[in-house]
Amino acid sequence: MPSIYLDHAATTPMVESALIAMTQQAQVLGNPSSLHTHGRATRKTLEDAREVLANEVGCLPSEVIFTASGTEANNIALKGLYWAGRSNGKNIVVISSIEHHAILDPAHWLLTHEQAEVIQLPVSDNGVIDLDFLANLVKTRRDEIAVISVMHANNETGVIQPIGEVVRIAGQIPVHTDAVQSFKKVPLSFSGLGVTAMSLSAHKIGGPLGIGALILKRTVEIPSLLHGGGQEREIRSGTLNAPGIIGFTTAATSSYYNADAVTSLRDRFISSLQALIPEAIINGLLSERLPGIVNVTFPGTQSDTLLLLMDGEHISCSTGSACSAGVHEASHVLLAMGHSEVTAQSSLRFSFGAASTASECDFVVSVLPDVIARGRAANLT
Amino acid sequence: MKLIAAMSGGVDSAVAAARAVEAGHEVIGVHLALSANPQKYRSGARGCCTIEDSHDARRAADVIGIPFYIWDMAEEFHDGVVEDFLAEYAAGRTPNPCLRCNEKIKFAAVLDRARAMGFDGVVTGHYARTQIGENGKTLHRAVDHSKDQSYVLSVLTIEQISGAIFPLGDTTKVDIRKEAEARGLAVAQKPDSHDICFVPSGDNAGWLRDRLGSDVGPIVDQSGTKIGEHKGAYTYTIGQRKGLGLTIPTPDGSPRFVLKIEPVTNTVVVGARQDLAITTMRGERAVWCGPSVDEGHHSGFVQIRAHGAALPCTYFMENGLLVAVLEAPLLGLATGQAMVIYDGDRVVGSATICETE
Repeated sequence: MPSIYLDHAATTPMVESALIAMTQQAQVLGNPSSLHTHGRATRKTLEDAREVLANEVGCLPSEVIFTASGTEANNIALKGLYWAGRSNGKNIVVISSIEHHAILDPAHWLLTHEQAEVIQLPVSDNGVIDLDFLANLVKTRRDEIAVISVMHANNETGVIQPIGEVVRIAGQIPVHTDAVQSFKKVPLSFSGLGVTAMSLSAHKIGGPLGIGALILKRTVEIPSLLHGGGQEREIRSGTLNAPGIIGFTTAATSSYYNADAVTSLRDRFISSLQALIPEAIINGLLSERLPGIVNVTFPGTQSDTLLLLMDGEHISCSTGSACSAGVHEASHVLLAMGHSEVTAQSSLRFSFGAASTASECDFVVSVLPDVIARGRAANLT
Repeated sequence: MKLIAAMSGGVDSAVAAARAVEAGHEVIGVHLALSANPQKYRSGARGCCTIEDSHDARRAADVIGIPFYIWDMAEEFHDGVVEDFLAEYAAGRTPNPCLRCNEKIKFAAVLDRARAMGFDGVVTGHYARTQIGENGKTLHRAVDHSKDQSYVLSVLTIEQISGAIFPLGDTTKVDIRKEAEARGLAVAQKPDSHDICFVPSGDNAGWLRDRLGSDVGPIVDQSGTKIGEHKGAYTYTIGQRKGLGLTIPTPDGSPRFVLKIEPVTNTVVVGARQDLAITTMRGERAVWCGPSVDEGHHSGFVQIRAHGAALPCTYFMENGLLVAVLEAPLLGLATGQAMVIYDGDRVVGSATICETE
């Protein structure tokens, strides 16, 4: 029986050209920090790659700081911008209530270890942050805010956030956006958005694991988390991961991802689902969303049961939210959107990729009624 | 059959799952998360629901080659096992939480959920056997009597036993460890768990004191004369001799034993060894693991501790209670424990001891 992968928001297959470029680069000798011919050759390759990525992202090459992951980029940005602000007497960290754990948890760490004041922006039932709340906050406490971090699009629901508006309201306050899910899925420009910092990850766009980037405005100086050889503007020390970077930038320039095709698959999935299971709730349906993500609440079920049953049908999807010791928790994103603990734990995320097909989509929809029925029967508590 | 293997992260449940796969069943491994705030690491032989244990269970499932999931049963476990444990102690009885867990979690919440999802039963690493008889499945002791766990399974109904698979009942623990080694399971030499899994410190009295308070109460002799004080009657067990802290000696210098715990007055009654002797026990909530024995008097054996001896007795039902009359008197029997009736190696049924005389 064929297996169907609908968890592309977690990770997606590597683009073939990226895989080839990466493995070729892995055979090239030379530390880019070395001064000799080998080192200079690798350095040139990487600076070429940096320019390529900068061009894709709409930033200056010097604004690209390569990291080992999107999580690392988020940590450097949030902690660094907070510390930079604190040295000027600003102690507030503003984040949205629907951030990925790679922002939520650093913010919580700043609260517990650095005595930061963390303020979370509420979201509407449709999963969009409350701009009035933000405007009011900025109006009353402008001088105390060190950093505002709002994700570009949510990883569970795919709902796109009004970052341009956030930047306008923020004025001089630095704004960071976690654009890990958005990059290559929707148009994205660092300079166009006007943010101070932006996080990216390679493996969500068909690049390799273990490489990401923080895009940071050229004039902004922040303290470092990793100290050592002084690479990447002395913000992120460590020998540059040349094969990873080449894989990343090759994927970033490939045209393998057809957003229109993925969007039409997503909409095909939603309309067939609504026809078969009318009580299903598509979370964030009324908002502007990423092409590939569908988050559905199936009332009367439990997500982890549904995931097991779908897995049994050889379909990989996700509960969308984090696990604590493998135990599925109610999604903080769905709770913030007004779900109860019970309905927040009755949801699945399906995320389509560049290679997903209509027949896969139709097959998944066809097995859902039986899976939901069994899931309901097993929901005994 | 399609089976759910309950995998604790220990050696027994890992081998049980492997054997079920080998027997041709379609098996899915499930680790039950029973604590809302699990400890990161196992400390010695205690507990079975740390994050490390769930990792061990996952690795075992990988090696066996079966899908693996974690089921959150923390709420059910808290309500059905931990709360019951506290309530029993608060009522002056000495409960067995493993029994309750089998009755309410492993072969109830898990089995029911598994059946609703389309599975046929639950595989566990318990040392016990089942046999198919005229009236369906019956429950029997394991071949390895020193590891036999039929006592803690005796609360299961025929319906529950019909959905239970115990692949280890025919093997000794020593051989299970060897088999785990041969199968490449990293948990082969992991120590057995002994203590109560939700009391990670192993300090049962301290754990109870934190939750039930430590109200000072009298220790009295059988005439009702106060001869000492205690900090919480529930930390005592009937038959207990040590740790009473009594300074007034008996006239003949003989030791005193806990005879009775009276929760309402928070009183502990002590007396001489011979006063512990009982010949009759009565149990409530009787369950038959096979054919019902509601009618008539029968001779058999009764076991009153998880690894205690089986004592010859006559048993019968009277006013809704299971009664066992012993052939020879027994010293010190705590209420709240299970009385399990055996016919040879077969578990006939069980009840929770509520009265002794």
